[in-house]
Amino acid sequence: MRMRQLVPFLLAAGLSTAALANPYETTLKNGLRVIVKEDHRAPTAVQMVWYRIGSTDEVDGASGVAHVLEHMMFKGTPSVGPGEFNKRVAAAGGKDNAFTSRDYTAYFQQVPKEKLADMMQLEADRMRHLNVDAKEFEQEIKVVMEERRMRTDDNPQAKLFEQMNAVAFQAHPYRRPIIGWMNDLETMTAADAKAWYDTWYVPNNAYVIITGDVDHKEVFAQAEKYYGPLEGRALPPRRQQIEPVQEGPRHVTVKGPAELPVLIMGYKAPILRDIDKDSDPYALEMLASILDGHDAARFNKKLVREDKVALSAGIDYDNTARGPGMLYLHGTPSEGKTIADLEAALRAEIVRVQKDGVSTQELKRAKAQLVAGQVYKLDSMFGQAMEIGQIESVGLPYQKLDHMLDKLQKVTAADVQAVARKYFNDDALTIGVLDPQPLDGKPRRPAVATRH
Amino acid sequence: MKKLLIAAIALLLTHSVFAGVKIEHWVSPSGARVYFVESRVLPMLDVQVDFAAGSMFDPVGKSGLAALTRAALDLGAGKLDETAIAEQLADIGANLTGGADTDRASVALRTLSARDKREPALDILKTVLHKPLFDAAIFEREKARTIAGLKEAMTRPDSIAGKAFWAAMYPNHPYGRQATPESVGTLNRDDLVAFHARYYNAANASITLVGDLSRQEAETLAEAIASGLPKGQAAVLPAPPEAPKGGLTQLAHPASQAHVYIGLPAVERGNPDFFPLLVGNYTLGGGGFVSRLMKEVRDQRGYAYSVYSYFAPLKQTGPFQIGLQTKRSQARDAIKVARDVLEGFLKDGPSDDELAAAKANLTGSFPLRLDSNKKILDNVAVIGFYGLPLDYLDQYQARVQAVTADEIKQAFARRVRPESLITVTVAAD
Repeated sequence: MRMRQLVPFLLAAGLSTAALANPYETTLKNGLRVIVKEDHRAPTAVQMVWYRIGSTDEVDGASGVAHVLEHMMFKGTPSVGPGEFNKRVAAAGGKDNAFTSRDYTAYFQQVPKEKLADMMQLEADRMRHLNVDAKEFEQEIKVVMEERRMRTDDNPQAKLFEQMNAVAFQAHPYRRPIIGWMNDLETMTAADAKAWYDTWYVPNNAYVIITGDVDHKEVFAQAEKYYGPLEGRALPPRRQQIEPVQEGPRHVTVKGPAELPVLIMGYKAPILRDIDKDSDPYALEMLASILDGHDAARFNKKLVREDKVALSAGIDYDNTARGPGMLYLHGTPSEGKTIADLEAALRAEIVRVQKDGVSTQELKRAKAQLVAGQVYKLDSMFGQAMEIGQIESVGLPYQKLDHMLDKLQKVTAADVQAVARKYFNDDALTIGVLDPQPLDGKPRRPAVATRH
Repeated sequence: MKKLLIAAIALLLTHSVFAGVKIEHWVSPSGARVYFVESRVLPMLDVQVDFAAGSMFDPVGKSGLAALTRAALDLGAGKLDETAIAEQLADIGANLTGGADTDRASVALRTLSARDKREPALDILKTVLHKPLFDAAIFEREKARTIAGLKEAMTRPDSIAGKAFWAAMYPNHPYGRQATPESVGTLNRDDLVAFHARYYNAANASITLVGDLSRQEAETLAEAIASGLPKGQAAVLPAPPEAPKGGLTQLAHPASQAHVYIGLPAVERGNPDFFPLLVGNYTLGGGGFVSRLMKEVRDQRGYAYSVYSYFAPLKQTGPFQIGLQTKRSQARDAIKVARDVLEGFLKDGPSDDELAAAKANLTGSFPLRLDSNKKILDNVAVIGFYGLPLDYLDQYQARVQAVTADEIKQAFARRVRPESLITVTVAAD
């Protein structure tokens, strides 16, 4: 209950936490940044260690190695045997896991606060002392192949998304799936994983985020004790890989066992690089909210509820990334409607914004949701750590998160109309279609009508 | 009107002074059971209303009725059409969620607690609960979408396996009956109206409130929700499920991976066997990366990415379930390993070290179960809906700590009889 007095203050300041020093930050001599966000509502803590390394840093023939290494990180060091990491976290009453994305690889533990120092010791140990054992690798690579089968190979919708990105991007590494192509997993060796680890797992390529019922000064002291002795090392230069400008629409069809067709329309879209100077990524985010931010937002209201052309329709747009951006419109046509019908309906909604704009009421609604979301997000310590981790992973400072909100609040209806006119351009469009196939060889519904 | 004081479980675990949450409970004048946790840390409020109106109450031949009734609640109510409901909620940044499972139909509201947000949000909640319209055209639309979704689910190996597993576990009980395109196809609007009239009443409701609210405000608010509901009668449970005859169901599918479920009906909510089963299952397959199943199936052999076991106690005997997915050609081997692990555990129970590790994790992780309003809401709503003791959370660590290896062996012997085990595979060679 100690934060009770702070809440009105937080709200009065327009949800700005800038006036409070929280979160706190320090950088160790070896280059490791430590960010602490104190939250005293419950006696728990979250530690996340983020490495600035993801599938985008892989090379052809070795796709998936970032994720495989993430699995190997649980396989032991000279002082912590194979499987022992999980055992110690469990003994501490904690939960742990890890995830790999295109841009980063991150590890986390949620623990009772008394156990935080033990978790820091464990993470520091595996930051520089991992054993990449060949025998462990031999078993674990099979586990990763099973993971790929589960997530992608037997999931036609996921496979469509994988293929779409392989077509939308030709030069940029975002064309490769994070989990890796199956053939690359089959030929991968323990030496590949070891080389990845030796190159990229150094304190100056990482940052630690801790949220919870902790004192930042104590956490900094523990960080110095456990992470401080690790040696930093210069990182190899990373080449900037720029996707050539797309000069015409692209199409990809995936056939798979399913009942319902799926349409994805992916447009190349801008990414936030400069929080202060950029404006289009904010306007596109508000557009996404107006089209798909609640049950009566435009897509659901018009396409699903009124015209019944779609069983579902949505938009996905993430305006932060290290690499290039995409905005996806997606949906499934209703019984009796085709992919072409759905595509026409989605396009008509975009044209409506291009011609008539959006109402101030719609914009106000999207902003009200944003404000409430800022309060709701404080309900999760893990969510707060994630927010800081993700923004930092793309090279933007977490101190400017509040400023991003201000920028979103300042988006006007004219801004939204302008980005709708600018980015929904067929020359930058990739269309992906899932063509559902019967499981038993008997056609169950008419073939999908596509336009190519 | 009994106020519970925080129990002194710190005696057990000297490092843990976190003593759970203070649940206030009363019955509203209109007859609904109310559970309230005051939490002033964040300026927000969660309200969840649970009715015993899950799929177990679907009439024979009308499977899918409970789910569709719940889904249609907020698609038009009182003077508000479905668009007005969604827009007005969005205007104040409130979220209305929920759904129906086997036992419960839930309607959950999250709103900012400032009066100018909270009052309109609660008005919408009440309207949705008290005066749903079940508009005929919207009903037909949602019915068509539900049928399409069911057809899609029937192409997915995990859904196919799950449905077959429940059907085999509960051959003569509503838990085994599931919505099909055909059963949903027979539903009409009147079915929804009748189901709503029967089950969405005060006697059949529990209301959980967590957040920035005083006790007095909570009482007023809960009664405003309850008083607009018919007084009604609590749902009547069917005869409890019987143990099935064990057996193997194999279903064909073109997937590269086989989906495997092994299990049986095991235990209901509130049964004293629950704590021995919980603690024992941690070692067997519940303890994430450190369980025996994980060690043998994943770490030693690389057979699966995900392998687990759990007990899911329900209003009536809920399942014990082992699940895994593996390359179709090695399904047989993986099943054998999982069965061997289970048999070994049934025979010997956990070792002393395993038991100690299970207790350390389950008691040590207790604060993590309650470190957000959302988690508190989920826990307290379960306590309220299932009528668990109000000190359930306060006693949780002590109950875990008191479990012995013998109790685990005996509870497993009673609840997991090998001759009743159902095995379902989809896409196994």
